[in-house]
Formats: sequence, structure tokens, C-alpha cells
Amino acid sequence: MLFILAYVRSTDRTIGRRDLRDAAALGAAIVVIGMSFGALAAAAAVPVPIAMALSLLVFAGGSQFLVVAVVAAGGSPFAAVLAGLLLNARHLPFGLAIGDVVGSSWPARLIGAHLLIDESVAFATARGGGPAARPVYFLVGATAFVCWNTGTAIGLLAGAAVPDPSAFGVDAAFPAGLLTLLLPTLRRPDARRVGVAAGGVALLATPLLPAGLPVLAGLAGLFAAGRGAGRES
Amino acid sequence: MTLPAVLCLAAGTYLLRLAGLVLRERVALPERVQRYVDLGATALLVALVATAALTEDGGSAGWARPAGVAVGAVTAWRRAPFVVVVVVAAGTTAGLRAVGVP
Repeated sequence: MLFILAYVRSTDRTIGRRDLRDAAALGAAIVVIGMSFGALAAAAAVPVPIAMALSLLVFAGGSQFLVVAVVAAGGSPFAAVLAGLLLNARHLPFGLAIGDVVGSSWPARLIGAHLLIDESVAFATARGGGPAARPVYFLVGATAFVCWNTGTAIGLLAGAAVPDPSAFGVDAAFPAGLLTLLLPTLRRPDARRVGVAAGGVALLATPLLPAGLPVLAGLAGLFAAGRGAGRES
Repeated sequence: MTLPAVLCLAAGTYLLRLAGLVLRERVALPERVQRYVDLGATALLVALVATAALTEDGGSAGWARPAGVAVGAVTAWRRAPFVVVVVVAAGTTAGLRAVGVP
């Protein structure tokens, strides 16, 4: 963590108060979801070291909830791993898109890869991408990592005492936050066409396909890209 | 969940993340392809927003959550800061649930 902060500080001084405030808001929401993950894992009798290993080493919330649910429902660990990997497959195209944000030095890549989550990608994109977005990418990724693991640990300790996060509406905060970060990109007509098509395809596919595939099916929205970016609107 | 299973999932997920970052540097993509890669990330994020806002376990997410996201989206459209959007969305959904909206 200290290394990451030192790295962020050394790359640039472009982390402003707005970035710190945004990262803090995101971190607070992530702690709450992390607590619910810890509590769920405790309720499903997942051993504490296993649950902590999931949050520390996998660090992808959706797939962690999924594997615990699959195993709790009587599925094999093999099926759980496959389902989790399917859900995490979107990280590969994300990496392709933001490779220049993370940079080409090996320490940056090796650490940056572990911090590649939906939110760090969305923040980097919202800040225009490229090397200029590097500090915010690492700030958001490192904040999320610390908050996610802190939340998991609290949830495991508190167990059933953790209140239901849906009472706080956190499940609405995440899509709304991501959408906010996407708005600058969606002002481009081609991105807007692709986005509308991608969202439509994903929603139509949701009742039909297992978790993870509907989001990947959203890539079909690229057919709406057309030739050029078109005029800014 | 067993430790080997956790390690498989962790290794697989990490390699998926690293592969994209490394491929981006290794392969010089033509500008046209790069545009599709960038649009692909947008497509995935919008698909994620749509499914997270409206669906739960393959079915409907009810009314409270989509309403909160919609109010948050309007707030964001009016150029409110990220923090405000997140708090407004969560507050709307929490308020609706408190009065019994599913």
C-alpha cells in the first residue's frame, strides 16, 4: 500500500481534491459491500482464511459473491471457478483499452493488473485516459483494494450483526456512480450508439445466459459503432 | 470453496487482467482497431451499468434500485459531482425501501 502511494506520488502531482473526495465516496460504498460479502461468507460457513484469500487475491467482488453462492448451493468448486472466470473475462478487453494508462514498466504492470477493476477503469476513462490518468487509476484501485479487504474482515468478524446493505441503497450507488463516469465518453455519438446497443443486448440476454455472459454479450453493441466518431454533441 | 480453487480463480483472474495490459504494449494496433478496443470498454461498462441497475440473479431488480439509479443519472446529467450522484442514488433507493417499495 505504501509502495503504491509512493508510486502514485512519484508519477505525477495531478491528484486533486476532487479525485480524493471521489475515491473516498467510492471507498465508503466498497467497505459496505465488502462487509456484506464477509457476512455472507460467514453465513455460508466459508472458513475465514478462504474468504480473506478471495478478497486479497481475487479482488473482484462480483465473482467472489458468485463463487460463494455456487458452492453454498451445492455446486462443485470447479464449477464455481469456471463461473468466476467467466464473470472476470471482461478484464482482458479492459486491459487492452487502458494499457497506456497503467504504463509499460513491469512494476506498474504487475501492480496495476491486480488493481484493474470496473471502477479504476471507469475513473481512468472519465479522466481522459492515457498516462495523465495514471495517478487517478492507482489511487482508485488502491483505495478500493484497502476498503474491500477491510470491509471483508469486518463482515467476517461481525457476521450476522452486519445490516443488510440494501437498506442503505448501496446497490443503486454503484451503477449510478459508473454511469456518471461514463457520461463524458457517451457525449460522443458513436460511443452513445454503442452504449445503447450494448445495454439493450445485455438486458435481453440476462434471463437467457448465466452470470457474466450478458455483460460480455454487450460487446455486440460494437456493431452500432459505424465508421467514424461523428460530431461531438 | 477450497484453497486450490481460490488460487485457481485468483491466478486466472490475474492473468486475464495482465494479458490485456501486456498485449496492448506488444501489439501495435492500427488506429481503426484501437477505436474498437476503446468502444469495447465503453460497451462492457454500459452493459454492466444496465444489468446492475435493472436486474438481480437473472430477473428484475424491483423498483427501488432502478428508481435510485435514474434519479442519480439525472443528477449526473446536470453535472453534479460524483459524490453527490452516489449519495442521491443510494438515498433515493434507501428511502423508497424504507416506505416499502421492493
